[in-house]
Amino acid sequence: MSKDLSEVIGRVLPAPENHLSTELMEAARKARRSFMGKALAMGAGAVASAAGATKALAAEGEDAILKLPEHTTGLGAPVALHGYGVPSKWEANLQRRESPGLTRVSQASVSFTPLQGLFGIITPSGLHFERHHQGWWDIDPSKHRLMVNGLVKRQRVFTMDDLMRLPSVSRIHFIECGANSAPEWGNVALPSVQYTHGMLSCSEFTGVLLSTLLEMCGYDKKNGKYVLAEGADGSSMTRTLSIEQAMDDCIVAWAMNGEMLRPENGYPLRLVVPGVQGVSWVKYLRRLEVGDMKWATKDEAVHYIDHMPDGTHRQYTGIQECKSVITTPSGSQTLLDRGYYNVTGLAWSGRGSIKRVDVSVDGGRNWRTARLEGPVLPKALTRFNIDWVWDGKPAILQSRAIDSTGYVQPKINQLRAVRGTRSVYHQNAIQSWLVSENGEVSNVQVY
Amino acid sequence: MNALPSIFAARRRPAATLAAALVLTASAGLFPTTAAWAQAAAAGPGSAAAAKPWHSIGRDATPAEVRAWDIDVRPDFKGLPKGSGSVSLGEQVWEAKCASCHGVFGESNEVFTPIVGGTTAADIERGRVKNLEEGSTFPQKTTMMKVATVSTLWDYINRAMPWNAPKSLTADEVYATVAYILNLANVVPADFVLSDQNIAEVQKRMPNRNGMVFYEPLWRVDGKGDVQNVACMKDCPIDPKVRSSLPDFARDAHGNIQEQNRVIGPVRGADTTRPPRAEPLTQRIEIAPVVVAQANSGLSDPRLLVNANSCTACHGMDKKIVGPGFTEIAAKHAGKTDLEAYLAGKIQQGGVGVFGQIPMPPQPQVSAADAATIARWIAAGAK
Repeated sequence: MSKDLSEVIGRVLPAPENHLSTELMEAARKARRSFMGKALAMGAGAVASAAGATKALAAEGEDAILKLPEHTTGLGAPVALHGYGVPSKWEANLQRRESPGLTRVSQASVSFTPLQGLFGIITPSGLHFERHHQGWWDIDPSKHRLMVNGLVKRQRVFTMDDLMRLPSVSRIHFIECGANSAPEWGNVALPSVQYTHGMLSCSEFTGVLLSTLLEMCGYDKKNGKYVLAEGADGSSMTRTLSIEQAMDDCIVAWAMNGEMLRPENGYPLRLVVPGVQGVSWVKYLRRLEVGDMKWATKDEAVHYIDHMPDGTHRQYTGIQECKSVITTPSGSQTLLDRGYYNVTGLAWSGRGSIKRVDVSVDGGRNWRTARLEGPVLPKALTRFNIDWVWDGKPAILQSRAIDSTGYVQPKINQLRAVRGTRSVYHQNAIQSWLVSENGEVSNVQVY
Repeated sequence: MNALPSIFAARRRPAATLAAALVLTASAGLFPTTAAWAQAAAAGPGSAAAAKPWHSIGRDATPAEVRAWDIDVRPDFKGLPKGSGSVSLGEQVWEAKCASCHGVFGESNEVFTPIVGGTTAADIERGRVKNLEEGSTFPQKTTMMKVATVSTLWDYINRAMPWNAPKSLTADEVYATVAYILNLANVVPADFVLSDQNIAEVQKRMPNRNGMVFYEPLWRVDGKGDVQNVACMKDCPIDPKVRSSLPDFARDAHGNIQEQNRVIGPVRGADTTRPPRAEPLTQRIEIAPVVVAQANSGLSDPRLLVNANSCTACHGMDKKIVGPGFTEIAAKHAGKTDLEAYLAGKIQQGGVGVFGQIPMPPQPQVSAADAATIARWIAAGAK
C-alpha cells in the first residue's frame, strides 16, 4: 500500500485475497468523490474512507470497532484527579453565553443557558443562566446574615448556621427571567433557542419556607400585606412580594441541586419565588421587611414593567405564564438526514403544572398531543417528546402548552393584540422553527 | 482481589471498639431515654415551643443593626432620611461620579439607557408621557419617561449608585443628585433645593406619575391571564406565510452556532459563518466534530494541573528531564515583565530555542484558564 494512496483515499485495510488490482485502485482514487468511486471501493471490500463526508463501511466492519482504541488498550486516569468533577472535554461547546449587544456592561448582563443541548428538566448548576445587576460575589457564608424586620413582633437576625438548623424543604422549580424572549416582541432577532429562551433554568432548591421565618418573627397578620426582599450585593436588589405569595411556597434557599448555591446564583442565600420572574428571586438575600404598601423599587418602577399600547405601564406583573419551546430540533441546528426524529422540548407555567403540550409541524394548522416525560411538577419545567418523520419538505415546528388552569399558550399576534409591540417583558408566545429543505432550522414567526 | 479482605480485617477491631463505646455512652445517659422524651413532650402541650421547637433559633436585631440595613424608601416617603441637596451640588456630584457612565446631561446611551429625555412641560402638567403612546417615534424609553415615583430615584441612587461604589453617597448628596436629574428633566428649576420637606410636592410634577397601572391578574398566582389562545387541533385558522425571519446579518451575530452545539446526537449546529447549504438534504450528511471552547479543568492546584496535562513527563519540578525544570524556568525569567502571559503563551503554543533545540510541542488541550494558572505558579517560583 503506497503512502500517497492512503492519504488520498483513506486507510486501506489489507484485503486477505489482495484482489484489488492496481488499476482498479487508481480508478477508485480518481473517482473517489463520485458514487461510482465509492461503489468500486466498497465493492472491493477493501477501503474504509476516513476522510470525506461519507463513512464507507469496509466489509469487515468499522474501525471504531475493529481497531481497539487507546482507552480500551491503555491505563486510564486515577480517582480524584478532579476533586470536583467536570464535564467531558467533548461537551465544551455547551456553555453559558452572552448575547452580543444586549447589554454594554458585563456586570449588568445576562448569560444564557444552552437549552439546545440539555436533557430532562434539571439544569446543570454550572449552566444555570446568570443575570447580575451589579456584578456577582462569592460571599463568606460565616459572615452572611439575614434580617427580618418591619411589621413583625420580633425583628430577628439569622446566621447561616441558624437557617440551616430550621426545618427544610427541597423542591424543583423553574426560574425564568421576565425578559426571556423579550427581543422578539416585534420581530425575529435571535438565531438559536439558547438566546430566544435561555434565561430559563430549573433546579431542586433546598431551604426553609419563608412562611416558617415569618411565623417565627410573628408577622402582623392584619397590616402586613407585603414583603420586601433585599440582597446584600452592591445593587441591593429589592422586590415586593404579596404576603399571600410569601406565606404560600416561597423558599429561603441555600442549596441548588444537592450542593450549596453557586456564587453566580446567590451563594449563600437566595429567595425562591415559584412561578414568578427571576428578578424576584433575590440573590445574596440579606433582609426581609414586612410592610403595608408596595415599594415601587427601581426594578418594579422603571424595569420589569409592561409597556401597553395606550402608553401606560403595568406594574408588579411578575407571574411567568404558561410557555413552551421545542429545543431539538431548534434554531440554527441542522438535521443530518430525512426520516425519524424525536422532537423534544420544555413546557412550564408559573400558575401550576403542565396539563398538555401539543406540537404542530405545519405552522399551527394541525396539532398532535406530545408525550409528557415525568415528573410533571407544579411551577417546574416539564419535558415533552413527540415522534416526527421528516420527509425532506419545508416544515414549521411549533409547541403549545396548556397548564392546569386551562390557560392555552398564546400566539405572538394574540399577545400583540393586547399588549402591543413595544413591550419588553413576559413574552410567552408560541415559538416557530422553520425546517428548510436543506435541513437547516431557523427562527421564524408564523401565526 | 487479595487486598480487600485484609483491609476489612484490619478495620474489624476498631469497629468493635466503637460499638462498645456506644453502649457505654448510652448507658451513661447521653442518649435520651424514653422517660426523657416523655418529659420533653410534657413541657408544653399545645404551646408554640412544643409544636415548633425551632422558634427560638436566631436572635433579636439591635436597633442599630436595623438602622444600618433598613434603607428602603417607599412611595409614601417612609424611610426617607432628613436632609437636603441643591441642583448645583447635584451637578458637582454628577460630574464627578455619574457623568462617565450617564453623560453630563444624563442623556448618554453609551453604557446604560438614558436617564433624561423624552418628557415635556405638557407631560409634567398631565402626569402622562406622550412619547410612551403608540405612534411616538422617540427612540428611547428614558428613566424620566417611565418612573412615576420620585421615591424610586432616591431609593435606588442611595442603595446602588455610584456603579462601582454603591452606598458611598451621603443623604444630602443623594438629595442633590436627584435634584440635578429632576432639573435636567425640567421638573424643578436650576436654583432648587430638594429636601424631605418638599419632596412630596415634587412628586406632583413627575412627568409619568399617572402612567402606572396595577394589573392584579399578573401579580396573583391565581389570576387569569389577559391573553388567551384556544387549543384548536385540526385545520386551524392560520396564515402559513412566514411573517418574520432571522435577518441575514443576524445569522452569525451570536458566533458560529456549530460551535455551540454537541458533536453527537440527532442534529448539529449549523455552520453560521457560511451561507446555508444551497441544495436540499437528500441523504445522510456527516459533519466533522468541532469542539472549540476549552473547558476549564476545574483544577485550581497548578501541581495537579501539570500532572493532569502530562507536563511532568518532560519537566521535573527543579530538574531537566526533556525540557527544563519548573524552578529553572522561573529562575531564568526572573524579573521579566508580563512573565505570566509569556509563559501561558509558551504552554499553549509551544516553543524552541530558550532552553536548547528540543522543541516543546504546542499544548492546545490546556485551556487558557488552566495555562494561566500554571504560568502564574511557575512565575511565582513553582513552589
